[in-house]
Amino acid sequence: MTQALTSSPSVILPPPTERYTLLGWIYKNLFNPWYNSLLTLLAVAVIYAISKPVLVWTFNQARWDVVTVNMRLLMVGQYPLDQIWRVWLCLHLLAAIAGLSWGIWIHGYRTVGILMLASLLGLGFHPGLSTSSHGHLIALMVIALIGFTLGRLGGRRIQRSVINLWLIYFPVVILIVRGLTPGSGWFQVVPTNLWGGLLLTFLLTVVGILFSFPLGILLALGRRSKLPIIRWVSVGYIELIRGVPLVTILFMAQIMLPLFLPTGMTIDRVLRAMVGIILFTAAYQAENIRGGLQAIPFGQYEAAHALGLNGLHTTTFIIMPQALRNVIPVLVGQFIALYKDTSLVAIVGLLDLLGISRSIVSQPQFIGLQRETYLFVTVIYWVFSYLMAHLSQRLEAALGVGER
Amino acid sequence: MNLKTRFIQPGIPIWRDIRFLRIFSQVIFLILLLSLLGYLTNNMLAAMRQVGLGLGFSFLKLTSGFDIGEHLISFDRSSTYLRAFQVGLLNTALVSFLGIILSTIIGVLVGVSRLSRNLLIQILARAYIEFLRNIPLLVLLIFVYTGIFLKLPRINQAASVLGGVLLTNRGIAIPWGIPTSTYSAFLFILAFDFIVSSLVAVYLIRLGRRTGRAPLTWLWTLLIFLFIALLGWFLLPGSPMILEKPAVQGLRIAGGRQLTPEFMALLAGLVIYTSAFIADVVRAGLQSVSKGQVEAARAIGLNNFQVLRLVVFPQALRVIIPPLTSHYLNLAKNSSLAVAIGYPDLFSVSGTVLNQSGRAVEVIVLVMAIYLLISLLTSLFMNWYNSRIRFVER
Repeated sequence: MTQALTSSPSVILPPPTERYTLLGWIYKNLFNPWYNSLLTLLAVAVIYAISKPVLVWTFNQARWDVVTVNMRLLMVGQYPLDQIWRVWLCLHLLAAIAGLSWGIWIHGYRTVGILMLASLLGLGFHPGLSTSSHGHLIALMVIALIGFTLGRLGGRRIQRSVINLWLIYFPVVILIVRGLTPGSGWFQVVPTNLWGGLLLTFLLTVVGILFSFPLGILLALGRRSKLPIIRWVSVGYIELIRGVPLVTILFMAQIMLPLFLPTGMTIDRVLRAMVGIILFTAAYQAENIRGGLQAIPFGQYEAAHALGLNGLHTTTFIIMPQALRNVIPVLVGQFIALYKDTSLVAIVGLLDLLGISRSIVSQPQFIGLQRETYLFVTVIYWVFSYLMAHLSQRLEAALGVGER
Repeated sequence: MNLKTRFIQPGIPIWRDIRFLRIFSQVIFLILLLSLLGYLTNNMLAAMRQVGLGLGFSFLKLTSGFDIGEHLISFDRSSTYLRAFQVGLLNTALVSFLGIILSTIIGVLVGVSRLSRNLLIQILARAYIEFLRNIPLLVLLIFVYTGIFLKLPRINQAASVLGGVLLTNRGIAIPWGIPTSTYSAFLFILAFDFIVSSLVAVYLIRLGRRTGRAPLTWLWTLLIFLFIALLGWFLLPGSPMILEKPAVQGLRIAGGRQLTPEFMALLAGLVIYTSAFIADVVRAGLQSVSKGQVEAARAIGLNNFQVLRLVVFPQALRVIIPPLTSHYLNLAKNSSLAVAIGYPDLFSVSGTVLNQSGRAVEVIVLVMAIYLLISLLTSLFMNWYNSRIRFVER
């Protein structure tokens, strides 16, 4: 007896794990208290009532040709056919960088990656697309895979350069899509009124992110400034913008921006929408960044001061890096909201993904096919938004954001 | 001399004196800002002078000359622009009000389902939230409008569901009460009823404070209100309202209350979209109450319902209220997307006014000012409410 007692502490049993048979598991999760059975039945009824007509419609009644015929319009709008290689080039670059990042930071999450590659492959052999698209899609897959392998091999050593690549990528994309030389060279300028479809949606998003971010930082610093005039101006701007809907700001940008410019100077419609989006998002980003700034303990300022750093150096080297790191999830969330909000430019007449699908359903041969068209558009918006949200979560975990 | 040395320390030149620099930089900033604004305004005035327009709000008194499909107050072609703005504002208020109530109900339901112990319910709620949070509201609105409400059967094949609701592609007609001769007497009874039940509520709250045992104030108040209302309804010589069902007459619907597809689509879209966000807020709020609180409440002998009502909910509310406010505000602001489906809300009406009158600058300034006012008022109210529940807690 005593022997058993003295010898037992060396054997520490692990806590019992829950084990269920399949039936037991079903019972526990679906039918455990009696009312749960009712809820389960209700849920099954709801799922059946929704999914049956939807599936029947999707596979039997829907005319998906409206999407396949207009695929190019939906993707790039009226971007000139002989210049489309530039859009593909941007995608290839994206595949390379995304593959690299995937290899470095995102371990696991294999299903999503395989699904993405598989959908590329599936589209690559889809009969509704042109031969050149097939080639490009397959190439995309290969490039992404090569990037992934390099990222895996490089690991932590190439982290910093890949982050820099991301920073360079977006301005480069705008340059590639817009072009440089006027006239009709191989790298001619494509006027913004020819940008459209998903391409325009993405470009509006990218420009919005690139320019609203620094403006947001300035506004956030301004709001926390000790100088009253600068603080009041920042507070006034932020509260004004946050108090009105985006669509009024887009409207203002379309109508009033040309009035503000000196006579003879014009500004095209896409650029006006971009200005509206930037001014709008900056106010929201400023509030998010302010949240990060408020979380920095005062000791950090004092320590920086004690080291002899001046105000500018304290902000750029000590405060901002910590503040931004704290709020990366919120910032990414704001960018996703921005991506969704770009659909509002359809109201002021731009042909982004939503705008162009509105003009597609008014084509005489596709009249009455709103469900098919808008459902396709919804799926595209959903896929990218969902991917961004979940990859950023993954990335945050890998970077250790929020942990201190 | 003595005074001067006290204020300007010797040895520091003026361009390195921090007090001077502060004022100087602000003055420079202000000058730059004002000159930029002045330059822009100057350009604008010059451009407007070229097309022969002045600034001023006197145009609001002019006759509008257009019609608005839905108006809560009387409006026709001879009404003024100001009246048009009022009509739009009321429509926005109506949609926002109904939208906030409905989306709160659905949002709370979905949010609670998200935490259900039933796996299937949980998955359904999660799918609802994840789907709706990741699509743009505008796409949803246009889909609901063109893909669902405009695809309902024609008026001569109107579908009748739920005992008298008519579904057609020209709108939805629901049964509606028609007041009879005893209606005004019933209103008096309701007013009396309201006073009585408020008194009961005040008494119950006092009682709760005095004895320390919180009675079910809301439930009792509501029951008493309903009881007196029902009593009045049946004691009056004739029932104060009769239910009128809509019916198809040729190519139009007669009777009942008719709701346009634009209104229904806007309301449905806003409610579905916002409820997903509210559901997430509710879930986060409920999860923020630590498990120890629930266990402690059980340990002192509260039953399941009491645990929710007295322990979990008051604490969750503190986390829920601030984000809920911003979602209510978003709903009100998002109602401006009505312009895409042709419901005459404030923004859509002001677009028409802008085109009719050509007064772009004034109309835009007016609209932005109104939205700003709505936002500020709502956040003031919610901040007051927020501080109140926080006060009760501590």
